[in-house]
Amino acid sequence: MADRQYELVYILPPDSTEQQVAEVQTQIEEVVTRLHGHIASTDNWGRKRLAYEIARHKEGYYVLQTINGSGELMKELDRRLKVMDIVIRQMIVRVDEDKKVVDTVQTRRRTNSERRRVKRGLPPQRQPGEGRAAGEPDDQDDDRFEVGEV
Amino acid sequence: MPFGQGRSGGGGRGRGGDKKPNDKEKGQRRTLFRRRKVCKFCADKIDDINYKDVKLIGPFVPERGKILPRRISGTCAKHQRKLQTAIKRARQIALIPYVTE
Repeated sequence: MADRQYELVYILPPDSTEQQVAEVQTQIEEVVTRLHGHIASTDNWGRKRLAYEIARHKEGYYVLQTINGSGELMKELDRRLKVMDIVIRQMIVRVDEDKKVVDTVQTRRRTNSERRRVKRGLPPQRQPGEGRAAGEPDDQDDDRFEVGEV
Repeated sequence: MPFGQGRSGGGGRGRGGDKKPNDKEKGQRRTLFRRRKVCKFCADKIDDINYKDVKLIGPFVPERGKILPRRISGTCAKHQRKLQTAIKRARQIALIPYVTE
């Protein structure tokens, strides 16, 4: 079966050293390779404010990784991360199916608009300066606007 | 805040006369006060509601930390569902608070 794609986000304490970060990194890599997965991308978000305190920390060092692999791999990875004391929070989310859906929707929208434009005798792509500029609201003439409290 | 007052006020504003005006004041109420709500995600053609995108989700999580209901934000059912999972995920990794005092 084709590999699934997952996103792993984990948070380390803000005062962890480069070495500690690298250590967690290698441990993850080790698990991933052992269970025949591979890391597609790694993204260090760096220090961010936490929305709420976790283990007395108000800030955290975020790392996001995209991993291709099996469900068993992610299960094992999650278990390992839970055991590591230095990781204060982790989350694994499956992303391949959502991506597929988004892709289909976008392709469908694009082909539809191209088809319609061709039918109207226009070039398939939008020309610059045509229609409303991006960021311009379509309701600016709406004088019945009332800002209700939310 | 007196309890009863807050409730009736809120409920009345959210639902009453939003889409179906009373027979008495047919159309008038709506044309005067109400504005058709549009789903932000449909209007802006945002397909992917991602938990990492706090800027996008943020406005749907007011002060208190609760998820803004559909009847107020005007989000369509499909996008509200996606928004809901995105918010819940963002909460898990502390990008958005569960509650704020």
